[in-house]
Amino acid sequence: MATAIPSTLVVSPAPAGMTPRATHDPVWVRWTLTAVALLFLLFFLVLPLAAVFTEALRRGVGAYFAAVREPDALAAIRLTLLAAAIAVPSNLVFGVAAAWLIAKFQFRGKSLLTTLIDLPFAVSPVISGLIYVLVFGLQGWFGEWLLDHDIKIIFAVPGIVLATTFVTFPFVARELIPLMQAQGADEEYAAITLGANGWQTFWRVTLPNIKWGLLYGVILCNARAMGEFGAVSVVSGHIRGETNTMPLHVEILYNEYNFVAAFAVASLLALLAIVTLVLKALVEWRHAQSRQA
Amino acid sequence: MSIHASNIRKTFGAFTALDGVDLNVPRGKLVALLGPSGSGKTTLLRIIAGLEHADPGSGQIQFHGEDVTNVPAGERKVGFVFQHYALFRHMTVLENIAFGLRVRRRRDRPPADEITDRVHRLLKLVQLEGLDARYPSQLSGGQRQRVALARALAVEPKVLLLDEPFGALDAKVRKELRRWLRRFHDEIQLTTLFVTHDQEEALEIADEVVIMNQAKVEQVGTPQEVYDKPASPFVYQFLGNVNVLRGQVPEQVGVHQSRSATLIANGVVYVRPHDIELSPDVPGAAGAVAVIRYVHVAGPQARLSVELVQTRENVEAEISRTELTALGLGVGDLVRLRLRQSHSFDDDYAI
Amino acid sequence: MTFAATLPRPPRRVLPGFGLSLGFTLAYLGLIVLIPLSAAFLKTAGMSWDEFVTAVASPRVLASYRLSFLASLAAGMVNMFFGLIVSWVLVRYTFPGRRIVDALVDLPFALPTAVAGIALTAIYSKNGWVGRWLEPHGIKVAFTELGVFVALTFIGLPFVVRTLQPVLLELEPEIEEAAASLGANRWDAITRVILPELFPALLTGFALAFARALGEYGSVVFISGNMPMRTEITPLLIITKLEQYDYRGATAIAVVMLVASFSMLLLINLLQKWSRRHHRI
Repeated sequence: MATAIPSTLVVSPAPAGMTPRATHDPVWVRWTLTAVALLFLLFFLVLPLAAVFTEALRRGVGAYFAAVREPDALAAIRLTLLAAAIAVPSNLVFGVAAAWLIAKFQFRGKSLLTTLIDLPFAVSPVISGLIYVLVFGLQGWFGEWLLDHDIKIIFAVPGIVLATTFVTFPFVARELIPLMQAQGADEEYAAITLGANGWQTFWRVTLPNIKWGLLYGVILCNARAMGEFGAVSVVSGHIRGETNTMPLHVEILYNEYNFVAAFAVASLLALLAIVTLVLKALVEWRHAQSRQA
Repeated sequence: MSIHASNIRKTFGAFTALDGVDLNVPRGKLVALLGPSGSGKTTLLRIIAGLEHADPGSGQIQFHGEDVTNVPAGERKVGFVFQHYALFRHMTVLENIAFGLRVRRRRDRPPADEITDRVHRLLKLVQLEGLDARYPSQLSGGQRQRVALARALAVEPKVLLLDEPFGALDAKVRKELRRWLRRFHDEIQLTTLFVTHDQEEALEIADEVVIMNQAKVEQVGTPQEVYDKPASPFVYQFLGNVNVLRGQVPEQVGVHQSRSATLIANGVVYVRPHDIELSPDVPGAAGAVAVIRYVHVAGPQARLSVELVQTRENVEAEISRTELTALGLGVGDLVRLRLRQSHSFDDDYAI
Repeated sequence: MTFAATLPRPPRRVLPGFGLSLGFTLAYLGLIVLIPLSAAFLKTAGMSWDEFVTAVASPRVLASYRLSFLASLAAGMVNMFFGLIVSWVLVRYTFPGRRIVDALVDLPFALPTAVAGIALTAIYSKNGWVGRWLEPHGIKVAFTELGVFVALTFIGLPFVVRTLQPVLLELEPEIEEAAASLGANRWDAITRVILPELFPALLTGFALAFARALGEYGSVVFISGNMPMRTEITPLLIITKLEQYDYRGATAIAVVMLVASFSMLLLINLLQKWSRRHHRI
């Protein structure tokens, strides 16, 4: 920079670089605010995360691996993966269909529909489980019929899948709807005038345009699906090795004062959270790139 | 292939976008659909393309005498260029142009190398050779426009429809590109209809201009016809600057055209700035007396604002710079004002 | 027959898939969300008024409302204050590791609530990293109302930051420069120009955090100690009633919570509309 060279010949009354710009805060303010923000985040985010791994490894690596390889823990992992493997794709298909509907067409009741899609976010997880008990539980609407036909939903795997689907219901849709609305429908119209049919238009034009938003929604949806606690707690029945997901298994171990094992399983979920955050940041970055390019 | 639309109606809720519109685009012609925003021109274009449907029970769209009203957009053999191009942003230029061919069913689809050949021929046609591997975001506005055109042409459409083709470009590129489009049309001779709100653009390149206003067609004609013989005050005002003179003045102004003086005296007279003749106010000169209030000289033309002494009405006049110098006129001078050509309409409505 | 005379109706929509996506969306929404939710209301409709009042207004339930409401309110306020600072720092300043910190803000969204619950309990209990410093001063966090507040602050943390960030990013530096050019000092510019501009988003973020906190369960149950009348939050009470097979009592409380949540949702929608309109100018 030219102003960095001191000049004895030119006496400049107020070098441009010296006057604070109107949008800049004084240095001490900047430092104070940054310190306050980082301290707050340290106490509320970093410490809990660090605590999980510290507690998990308190008795050493051996105890850690013993805890996560224990059969009930493995069963919980399998069930968690299964629930997510059903709930996430279902909500993915729903999200794409709902976003296509809301972004590409005009019809009456559209804003009501958009609000209804968000509804599960407003419902307490505990209530999300409760409503399925009311429908499929022994005392519920279909309780007797299910009992007669020997179908178990509540206190069994189907209930867990349903509750998981409910709490993760809006994730993909609410990522895609604003994205597709912003993109408009011109590219689809162009594809149609060029002779493409509906599926060709969707697969070749729409999907490539929304892939980052879709992936983003799926990542968030999956994190919540694997980590859900309250809703599955109500419908699970807590049968070890059968209807316990990972978060429920953590609870049982914790309540048995088996802290190392509880934190060991919890650390797997914490790793999942970290992976989620990393993927999310990567997708955000890629998305920003693809929009710039 | 000619385009014929008859009695097209389209309403959006309480808003009437098209109120029984008829339109004819003769085969091989370049026709402009001109009108202010909200006049219904884009809606009409989209209905012709099949991207929107007219109200049930309203008229027909025919391509070369064949009714296509119920034919889906993809089967109408229409090339459509969108205002903002609607290029597929995740595809290269080549993939964009090839799209219409690659989505065809296998038995109608040309072999892969033929598709590539055709894309390269089209790229040459629109003067974009060598850009086939670029993405739309790596192109300038004018280049995107031509890619959109090439993509529309790749499926060998029978008619070409363009929605505000130059609307998103800056002034200089717009001028170049519209002349290019005119030459291009002469080369390929494809029936073309384009929508614009820019009268200069329409008058410069179209064979025929269809002027729309408030959901209706106001006038159809060659650029010269609509400019010289506007069918309504709206057309007159829309196609360029105009002075509106009311009241008794025009009698003295002396209209060269053979119009009855009484009609002019009672009505309203429209006159373009360049149809006003100014002369120094010497004794015995013809025309109404006016004072020059303002002179603006930029480029070869001079714009003068003069005030009629009798009615205090302001009139804009346009004369060549040479003439201004020759007359030796300046602000504050008295002049005589005469009309070379003017119009009046029996059905006088305010605009 | 008259059918033969009917002209083929032109298709109303040019893009395909309207019927399919509408049908699927409504069916899925109905089956997964609307029908099960309506079960809660229908179940309650079968109760007598007295029965309902007894279920939702007993002293223990009222105490839980009070705790849930006040702790959520306090957590929302704290998040509003610190969220403003965090988002300001993240948007306006650069420092090493800023992107990592930015990504970390979403941790409460990504970390399962049960994990957050046991981790916070470990930190704030008597022997924990923070608890051991607070306890000698007579401040007990774990197994008290304060613990509930800490857990709710954790889970509400991202809402204010993520609502404010885009608004701050879009805030044109010109308005600050204009304020400065009109003679305002930095403090005036912030309090009279920037904060009013951010206010709708700030309020929206607060409402989102508050609504989330009201229904939160997993992170709270471990740290709260669950003492009736003192540290029992409303969602926990629903679970307790369910475990006692008191389905009607549980559902009645759930309906009260649902009504509160839906009112919040409505309020948030209005706030967002206001925020958008405010922002467009």
